[in-house]
Parts: sequence; structure tokens; C-alpha cells
Amino acid sequence: MTRLPRWADLVLVPFISLALAGIISAIVILAIGQSPWEALRTMVTGSVGSAYAWGYTLYYATSFMFTGLAVTVAFHGSLFNIGGEGQAQLGGLGVALVCLALPWPHWTLALPVAMVAGAIFGAAWAAVPAYLQARRGSHIVITTIMFNYIGAALIIYLLVNVLKPAGQMDPATARFPAGTALPTLSDLPLLSLIFDKKVPANVTLFVALIACWLVWLILWRTRLGYEIRAFGKSEPAAIYAGISPFKVTMIAMLISGALAGLMSINNVMGESGRLLQNSSEGAGFIGIAVALMGRNHPIGVFLAAILFGMLYQGGAEIGLWTSIPIELRTVVQGLVILFTGALDQMVRMILGIFFRPRRMEAA
Amino acid sequence: MKATGGNASGRQATAAPFAIELRGISKAFGPVQANKEIAIQVAKGSIHGIIGENGAGKSTLMSILYGFYKADAGEILINGRPTVIPDSQAAIRAGIGMVFQHFKLVQNFTVLENVILGAEDGALLRPSLAKARKVLGELAEEYELDVDPDAVIEELSVGHQQRVEILKALYRHADILILDEPTGVLTPAEADHLFRILRNLKEQGKTVILITHKLREIMEITDTVSVMRRGEMTATVRTAGTSPEELAELMVGRKVLLHVPKGEARPGRTVLEVKDLRVRDDDGVERLKGISLSIRAGEILGIAGVAGNGQSELLQVLGGIARGTGAVILNGESLDLTGKHSDGQSRRRRGISHVPEDRQRLGMIMDFTAWENMAFGYHNDPAYQKNAILMDNDAILTDAKGKMERFDVRPPIPTLPAKSFSGGNQQKIILAREIERNPDLLLVGQPTRGVDIGAIEFIHKRIVELRDAGKAVLLVSVELDEIMSLADRIAVMFDGRIMGERDPATTNERELGLLMAGVTGDTAR
Repeated sequence: MTRLPRWADLVLVPFISLALAGIISAIVILAIGQSPWEALRTMVTGSVGSAYAWGYTLYYATSFMFTGLAVTVAFHGSLFNIGGEGQAQLGGLGVALVCLALPWPHWTLALPVAMVAGAIFGAAWAAVPAYLQARRGSHIVITTIMFNYIGAALIIYLLVNVLKPAGQMDPATARFPAGTALPTLSDLPLLSLIFDKKVPANVTLFVALIACWLVWLILWRTRLGYEIRAFGKSEPAAIYAGISPFKVTMIAMLISGALAGLMSINNVMGESGRLLQNSSEGAGFIGIAVALMGRNHPIGVFLAAILFGMLYQGGAEIGLWTSIPIELRTVVQGLVILFTGALDQMVRMILGIFFRPRRMEAA
Repeated sequence: MKATGGNASGRQATAAPFAIELRGISKAFGPVQANKEIAIQVAKGSIHGIIGENGAGKSTLMSILYGFYKADAGEILINGRPTVIPDSQAAIRAGIGMVFQHFKLVQNFTVLENVILGAEDGALLRPSLAKARKVLGELAEEYELDVDPDAVIEELSVGHQQRVEILKALYRHADILILDEPTGVLTPAEADHLFRILRNLKEQGKTVILITHKLREIMEITDTVSVMRRGEMTATVRTAGTSPEELAELMVGRKVLLHVPKGEARPGRTVLEVKDLRVRDDDGVERLKGISLSIRAGEILGIAGVAGNGQSELLQVLGGIARGTGAVILNGESLDLTGKHSDGQSRRRRGISHVPEDRQRLGMIMDFTAWENMAFGYHNDPAYQKNAILMDNDAILTDAKGKMERFDVRPPIPTLPAKSFSGGNQQKIILAREIERNPDLLLVGQPTRGVDIGAIEFIHKRIVELRDAGKAVLLVSVELDEIMSLADRIAVMFDGRIMGERDPATTNERELGLLMAGVTGDTAR
């Protein structure tokens, strides 16, 4: 396998993958008799064309950063956490319980407690699959997927039977007290000069940025990160070094679940102000694509999260302003995931031909 | 050229063309010149050795001969005729048979099925099998190549599996047999048998090419030997007219000490005492069946044995990788063999360093940089921490740089990933990490497996130095030469037991070989 220069690896490969996804998307749009150019224009202006559009893109990107980081941390311990979706929804439950528990006077008090609750609930939902993997060898991919369904069912049960206020028709909690409302970017000083209309992106964005930095710090600057990465690369070697596979599996998954759970302060607390069913809206799964495309590095996750935020927001705009059905958003996202994640190696291989094959064969 | 026709043309005694002649073979992989203008002539009916360090270009050359690679330049002549070998089928048609270091056998097929695999005569197996059975019978008689044709491969010993590989080649009418490091996995007795087979083949007019890095084998069996270094053929000499020292020098390009000089051991107090140690593997099979031994300070105990007789488990349980029962006493205090303190971290704290047998799988993280690997296992060392939370990567880097210089790791660049170093330099990284901890007890498994001669000398020196500094060393190796030259006492393991202990000064390879094969008592004398 040819080693590509670093810049090609980090910039060129994702770019070509995106271009390929774009070309196929264009063909699909042509096939349903619509104009790809029109679609692209709507997508771009709708996602990054104005401060208002950015306000939505960044809102989605914030969620994807959390779930992308969640997948990243687990991945470095060679654990494929597909359960971000369920962990995020359970995190939402934790956030909702905190927000509803007290008549919070100010968001600065509510936010830290809600963060802790969201993280703990998310981590708890990851803990069971982690334990089953570490002690019983049940494959984490299978168990985390199962826990997504169990989590969704649990939330619906709680919403319908326990948390729904009497007399309310839809399965949701009561509205959170006003003191829990997080300031959006348009509420913040200075930023309000840019974001002159009300946007959903809120202070959680800054929490997400701090999370990116903390994840980098943990993975590459602490003993724990060293152990997670070592274990992820080679379990036998980790055992040789005296690293406990049980401990590393548990901690990596707890951090991963906590990050996924933290996502809920963005959507549940920041956006909807109450807990709805399916609150995570697929962000848990998009986190997998974000981590893959971001090469499991916080900076990459940050960039990929913004890209997927654009796709998500731009796709919604297509549904709104053109006669192209909104489902096309799913197609485009699917293609991006397919090319940046699954077919990443294909692009790399083809590029390898151009970067002069240099095979260092042991003779 | 006269057309003689047929695969095996007549063997004239006079002016016979060479079985194989290579002229000006060159092959480059990108900027790396793996083979440069290689020329060899191998006479028919002879055994020709090719010797050289790892990366010298031996395997590339043989891969060209077997059609895996295409040479950039040069000519191959088989029996005097220029031959183009685009793939291995062509090589087989030209009468070349190859026995790889790692056998290419279908584990759950019988010997017979493996032999005809790819050489079936038709759609139905029965006639091919019947023919093969007959041919195998003849070959067994002719060359001492006896293997039960109906045995399933996975039930055969390594030595027998190798015979199947040779049979496969002969069944395909190979006149030229190439063996790549054939004795790496064999007991001395099995190796002797292999050499008898090779001599028989030679007497029947077959040509054998033996690729090895073991000087002793070259001296023992070959007629002529070619030495390769850095892609070039540095010399081709008659074996009878050379010496191991000369060959080593030709291989490395400088004078090499084949046996590290070491003084008398001055054993002190007992450092390690093992009593009735037992280990079961994950399948519940007992791998160590009651081992007892002791090592004193300033002494190297060598464990000889064929791979897979419990040596690995012994290292693993002492190094905190596997659990066991029995008693292990280090410096007068017993070690935890099953509980909370039976892991690698606890062992390191107690003063045990471990250079594992499988350096790439256990000893290091191949994707980590050299400096990260220098802290591997010792990443909790307070000297490597900046504060309670953060590691001090600069301190590790500085420390790694020093260790790499002192252990002559090449290139001495700590930021390179471990996988980009050669096997010998990877081993030096691990040795530097473990030896510089100044342990009371050093566990070393296969310290020089896959390591170049030049680096072997260096590694042996360091191990002896540690002994002379008054430390205890437990050395496990499948290389008898290594055990004989390094160890102060030799214990031989077979089937999870220690068959006996010998003094390297008074024992010999034959005696050890018998013990390794499980023959004990008076018969071993």
C-alpha cells in the first residue's frame, strides 16, 4: 500500500471523496428530472450563504461534534461504538430530568448540572455494552445497536407513561423552565452583531469546542490516552505492558457514552426546551461518518462535523425551496458517508498510483 | 541452439550446462535497489547456499526465479537455455520447486490431497490420487521422504509438513529445489534428517539451492556458497575453501565476533526461585507441567527447546501475561501468580524486565513512534509525568533519544514509527527500554530471531554485560548456538517439563538435541 504525502492524505483524499459523492448525487438529481445546479446553489446558500444559515449549520455541527468525538474516543480503543444514538437519547433524559427538577433561576446554574446528568446517563447507557464486551466478549457493535433500540423504547415508554404532563397530547415532557434556556448565538454580545436573527446554534457550540480540545488532550497527553491507544492498536501488547483490557474498555466506552450524552444539551436543552421522542434525530449515526471522515482526530472531527452540518441544513433547504424531495438529503449524506468512509481506501489506492509507487519490499 | 525437447533433457557428464545461471539480474523497488547485477552459476547436482543478512536481497532474487517478481534487467538460463519466468506456473514447468519458510499447505487436507492440489490430471480426483500414492511411495523410498499419505496436515509435525512441501515440488518434476530458511522451525534431529534428504536429492542429480542465515548449515551441507550484501553478490566461494568467520565478514562487511567473549560467571545470591510452576492455556490444556528452576545473580540460565514446548508460557507467567499456579520467589518474596498483582505493571515494579519472544506482537506498538515505545510498559513512571494528569512527552522523547544512541538504533530518530525500523533495530529499541531499567531479573525470549549478524553480536554483548553487572538473566531461545554461547547453565524443556540441566562447557548439541526431543536418562549420554 502506497503511503501518500501527509497533505494528500488529509486534504486531497477527503476532497476527492466529496467530489465523487457530489457527482453521483448530481446524476441522481438529474435522473429524477431536477437540476443539480439548482440543488447545489440552494444547498450552499441555505447552509453557509448567510449568518442565519450558518446559525443552523453550526447548530447541527455542534451535535455532530459530540457524537463524532464519542466514536473517536472509542475507536482509538478499537471499540466501534454504534450506540451514540441511544446514548444521546438517554443523555437527553438526564438533561430533561435536571431541567424539570428545579425552577432554575439562570442557565449558568442549570447548564453544568445538566451537562453532568447528560454525561452520566449517556455513559451509563454505554456501560452495559462495555461491560458485556470486556467481561463476556459480547461484540460491542451488536450490543450497542441493540441498546439503541432499547433506549428508544425506554424513552417512549417514559414519555408516554411517566413524563408526559396530564392533558398533553404528544409524547413529550413538559416545557423546561425559562431559567434553563441556553442563550443562542444571537443572544450573545458581539456575536449578536453577526447573527441578527434568532438561530438555534447556542452556547453548547463552545462546550463542543472545549470537548474537542479535551479529547485531544486525553488521547495524546495523558496516561489514560496512551493506554487507550496502545490497547486499540494491539491487545496482546497492552497486556504485556500491564494495561488492563477491562479497565481500558470500560473507561473508553464511558467517555464515549458521556460525549454522546452531552450532545443533548444542544438539542434538548438548547433547541427544543423539552424532551421529545427520537430527540437525537440520527446524530448518533452521523457521528460515525464524522469520525471516519475526520480520521479519528478532534480537528478532523471538528471540520467533518461542520461539513455534515452543512449537508444537513442544506438538504433541509432543498426540501423547502425546490421541488426535490427532502429525502434526497439522506441520499446525499449516504453517498458522502459511502465515499468518505467506506470507499476511502479506494480513493487512496487510486491516488497512490499518481504518487509514484514506492514499495519497500523486504528482500 | 540445439532443440533437445522435453522438460528434463539428457544429463551429459561432459560440459554440462549449469542448472541455473543468472546473468546481470537487477530489481529495484522505487529507490531501493534490492538486486544489483546479480550473477550466479549453480552446477547441476550440487547444493548451493545463498547467505546474507535480512534485506540483503536473497528473497527478492528467489522470488524473481520463481516468477513472483519480474527482473528489471538480466537473464535467467535454466539448463543452459534462456528462460522467461513470468509466473510460478512457468517456474514449475521449467523444473523449479520452491519450499517456502511458511508452508503453503491446506491444514485440513491429507498429505495426498495437498500433493495433487493444482496438479490434478483431470476432473475426477480418484485417478490422480491413485497415481500420487504410487509416486509418493517411490519418492519416499528413494529420498527418505517418508510421510503417511493419508495423514491430515494439521496432525503432522513441522518437520513432516516440510517433507510434504518437498514432495509437492518433486511430484511436479522439480529438478531444481529452492529452500528458504528451511531449518528455522526444526529440531536438530529434524534438521539432520532434512540434510540427509537434501544429500539424497543431490546424489540423484537434483540441484538444491539453500537460502539461510545460519553459517553452520552452509558449512555443513553446501558445495558452493554465494554471499549477498545490500543487493549485491559479494562473493561466490567453494564451501570447503572458506570458514564461518570469512563468510560472516563477507555478509556484514566487517569483522564479526561469532561468539561473544565472556568471562566466568560469578553467581551470587539466588534471585529467582520457581517451584512446581503450572500453567494452563485458554483451552484448559496444561502447558507447564510443574517447572522448578532457580537463577542466581550474575548468571544466565538458558532454556533450550523446540518452539512450543512451554518456553513461551514460562516467560509469560513470569512476565505477568499469563496466570499460573505454584510458587515463584523473587528476591526472597513470592510473586502473585493469579491475583491483582499478577500483571505486567506489578512485575516491572518488582524489578522484572521482559523482552518478549514476539517483539512485534507483544513488545511494541508498531504504529507508535519509537519514543512512545520507549515508555511502553513504563508509562506510569513518575519521571515521565508532567503533573498528576499530563504525561511529560518531552521527557520521554529526550530519554528515548539517549537510549537509542546508547543502543546504536539506526536510524536514531525517535519520531519515526516503530514499524519503519528493521527487525534488529526494533529489538534494540526493546532491549534498550528493558535493560536500561536495570532490572534484577531480565526475561529474554528469542533475542536475535530475525536479527542481522552484526546486531546479534551487539545484543549478545549487552546481555552478557547485564549479567556481569550482577543481574539474573533467563534466556529462552530456539537457537542452540545462541544458548550454547550465552548461557552459564542450560535447562532443556520438552512438553512443559524441564528434561534436565547441563553445563554448556561439557555438553554438546547431540546431547541437548536428544533432550529437546524428549529422550532422557542414560540414552542421552
